[in-house]
Amino acid sequence: MDFLTSLFSNFWVSLTGKLLLVALMIPLIGMVIGYAEMKLSAKMQARVGPYFAGGRWGWAQLIADGVKFFQKEDLIPDEADRPVFKIAPVLVLVSTVAILVIIPFGPGLIFRDLEVGIFFALAISSLSTVGVLMAGWSSGNKYSLMGGLRAAGQLIAYELPLVLAVIGSVMLAGTMSMSGIVEAQISAGYPYVVLQFIGFGIFMIAALAELSRIPFDMPIAESELVMGYLTEYSGFRFLFFFLAEFANMFSLSAIAVTLFLGGYWLPGIPEDVLAYAGPVILLAKTFLLVFTMIWFRWTFPRFREDQLQSLAWKWLIPLALANIILTGAFKVYL
Amino acid sequence: MVLDQDLVRHLSESSVSVELQTEDMTLNIGPQHPSTHGVLRLVARVDGERAFDVQPVIGYMHRGYEKLSEVRTYPQITTLVNRIDWVAGYANEVPFIVAAEKLLGIEVPERAQFIRLILTEMARISSHLIFMASYPLELGAATPLFFALRERERVLDLLEGVTGGRFHPNFNRIGGVKPAYGSGSSTRKVIQDLPAGFLAETRDAMDKVMEAVDELELLVADNEIILARTKGIGILPPEVAAAYGVSGPNIRASGVKFDLRKVEDYLPYHLFDFEIPVGENGDCWDRWHVRLLEIRQSVRIVQQAIDGIPSGPLQAKVPKVIKVPQGETYVRAENPKGEMGYYLVSNGNQGPYRLKIRSASFSNISILPWILEGVLVPDIIAIMGSLDFVLGDVDR
Repeated sequence: MDFLTSLFSNFWVSLTGKLLLVALMIPLIGMVIGYAEMKLSAKMQARVGPYFAGGRWGWAQLIADGVKFFQKEDLIPDEADRPVFKIAPVLVLVSTVAILVIIPFGPGLIFRDLEVGIFFALAISSLSTVGVLMAGWSSGNKYSLMGGLRAAGQLIAYELPLVLAVIGSVMLAGTMSMSGIVEAQISAGYPYVVLQFIGFGIFMIAALAELSRIPFDMPIAESELVMGYLTEYSGFRFLFFFLAEFANMFSLSAIAVTLFLGGYWLPGIPEDVLAYAGPVILLAKTFLLVFTMIWFRWTFPRFREDQLQSLAWKWLIPLALANIILTGAFKVYL
Repeated sequence: MVLDQDLVRHLSESSVSVELQTEDMTLNIGPQHPSTHGVLRLVARVDGERAFDVQPVIGYMHRGYEKLSEVRTYPQITTLVNRIDWVAGYANEVPFIVAAEKLLGIEVPERAQFIRLILTEMARISSHLIFMASYPLELGAATPLFFALRERERVLDLLEGVTGGRFHPNFNRIGGVKPAYGSGSSTRKVIQDLPAGFLAETRDAMDKVMEAVDELELLVADNEIILARTKGIGILPPEVAAAYGVSGPNIRASGVKFDLRKVEDYLPYHLFDFEIPVGENGDCWDRWHVRLLEIRQSVRIVQQAIDGIPSGPLQAKVPKVIKVPQGETYVRAENPKGEMGYYLVSNGNQGPYRLKIRSASFSNISILPWILEGVLVPDIIAIMGSLDFVLGDVDR
C-alpha cells in the first residue's frame, strides 16, 4: 500500500495515469455521441438507423466503423505536404484531450485544477482550428484549401464572442478556475444561466461554430466543398478528426455546463451525495446540450461564410459586450 | 477559346485596377461532385470565395438518343425517350407519342388521354418532390430529403402499379396506352385497364401528398437560414430568362405566366381548373416556392381527372406495322423541368428520319454562365440547385 501511494505521488506516474484515463475517455465519448447522433438523426428523419451490428439496435456500429477505419489504406496525396498532413489530425485530437483536463466532474474530481482554467480551455480549443487549417493547407487540394481558409475565417469570427460570453460568468464567480466557478454557483444557490442567459446563448452558438457543425459547417460543407479540409483524409487519420469532433462536442458542452448550468451540482442534493452523484449529474447535463447540438444539425441548413461573419460581428459581439456591462452593473450595485 | 479570351480580358483588367497582384484559382466543380446532379462540370475561376467566371462543360452523359432514334421503330423509341429526364420518365413519352399520332392522324380515346394526363401530373409531382428533397440538402439541411422522398415513393408505387415501371414506364403506345395489368399471353382475352382500386388509392395518396407538402412548407419555408440563403440570391429577370430559352418553373418564378399546359393541346388540360403559380423576384426562393405551389396544382388536376375519367377503350385502331406518313411536326409539352419538344421528321418509314429533342434542362442550364457571374462559391451551389436540372435531360 505504501508502495502504491508513493508510486502515485510520483509526478510522472500520476501524470501518465491521468493522461491514460483522459485518452480512454475520448474514444468512449466519441462512440457514445456518434451512436447517439446516428440513432437520433434516424428518428428525426423517419429512418431506423444502425440496426444489425452487435445483434441488437446496432449498438456495435461505431466499433465496427472504427475497425473499418483502421483497415483502410493510409492515403497521402502526392501533392500533400507530408509532415504537416500527418500532424494535423493529431493536433486536433490533442486539443480535445487538453480541454478534458480542466473539467470538474465532481468536488475535487478534476484532472488538473488550473487557476486560469477557463482561459486555458479557450486558448487550447482554438488549437484545433490550427489543426484544421494545417489539414486544409497541406492536403494539396483546392477544396481542402478553401475549407481550411473558411475555418480560419470562422475562428476569427466566433472566438471573440466565445471569450466575451464567458467573461460574465467569470465576473460573477470572481475566479477563472473551473471548480471555483462551480463552487461559486453552489454558494450563490443558483446556476449562472439565470443571470447569464445571454452569455449562455452566445456561448452555445459560438461553440457550434467552433465545432464547425451545421448550421456553421462551412469548412466541411459537403454539398459545396465535397468534404472541405477532410477531403483527402482516409483511414485512421480521418477517424482522428471524427473522434475529435464528437469529443469536442462533449468537452465544449461540459464547459458550458460548468460555466452556466452549475456543473456537477444540482440544487437540493447534499454535499456528501454530490461526491458520488457529481459525475452523473455533469454527464446528464452535458448530454442534454449534446442532444441539442445534434438536434440543430438535423434541422437547420448551412449559413454562408459572410452571413456567419455578419452574425458574429453585428450581433454576437455587441450583445456579449452589453452582457458584460450589465453583469458589471449587477456586480457593483447588488 | 471562349475561356481563353475571357482570361486574357480579365488579366488585362486586373493588372490595371489591382495593385496587389493575387492569383486566381481555377476550381473544377465536377464532373464528380456531390451536388452537380450527375456529371455536370463547372470550371469556375474564383478569387477567394467569389467566382467571376463559371463555364459549364456538358456532354459527359451524351448517349446519342437523337441518332439512335433514326434506327429504331416508333414503338421502340419510347424506351429511349423515357430515359432523357429520368426523374419524370413518364412525362417524356407523351409528347413524342403525340407527335407520331399527329402525323398518323390517329384520334386517341378519351380514357387513354385521361390516363396519360393523370400519370403525367403524377410524374410532375414526383419530380418536384425530388427537388423538394435535394434542394435543402444542397443548402445543408438533410432532413427534408427523407420527408419528400417518402411521399415520392407513394406516387411512384402508383405509377408502377399502372405501368410496371417506377422510372422507365414505357407505357404509351401509338393510339393509346397499355397498362401492365392483364398483359401477357395474347391468346387469352383479358380486358386491359387500370388496376383495380387504382383511382381510390390515387385519391388517397394525393391527400397524403397534400399533407406532406404542408409539412415540408412548415419545415423549410419558415426557416430563417433557408430564407437568408435563398432570398435575393440568383435573381433571374424575365427578359434574360426568355432570351436564354429558360422555361418551366424557372421562368414562372421570374414572373412570366408561361405554361404550355394552357397553350398547347397535347393533353386535354383545358377540361381542368388549375392555376399557374408565378414568382415575384425570380430568385432561388421563388424557384423553390413555385415548385411547391405547382405540386398543389398538380394534385388538384389529378383529383379532378380521377373524378371525371370517362370509360371506354384505351387503344385506338392502329395497323400492326406502324408506318408514319411523310411529313414533319413539332409537339411541345410542359414537362416538370420545362418545355420538352420533339421535332419529328418522317419519310414514310417505320422509324423517324430525324428526331430533334428539345429538352428543358439543356436550355435551363445555358443560363449558368450569366447567372453565376460574380457570385460566392456557396451561392453557385444554391443557384445551380434551384434551376433543378437532370443531366440526362441536358445531354440526352
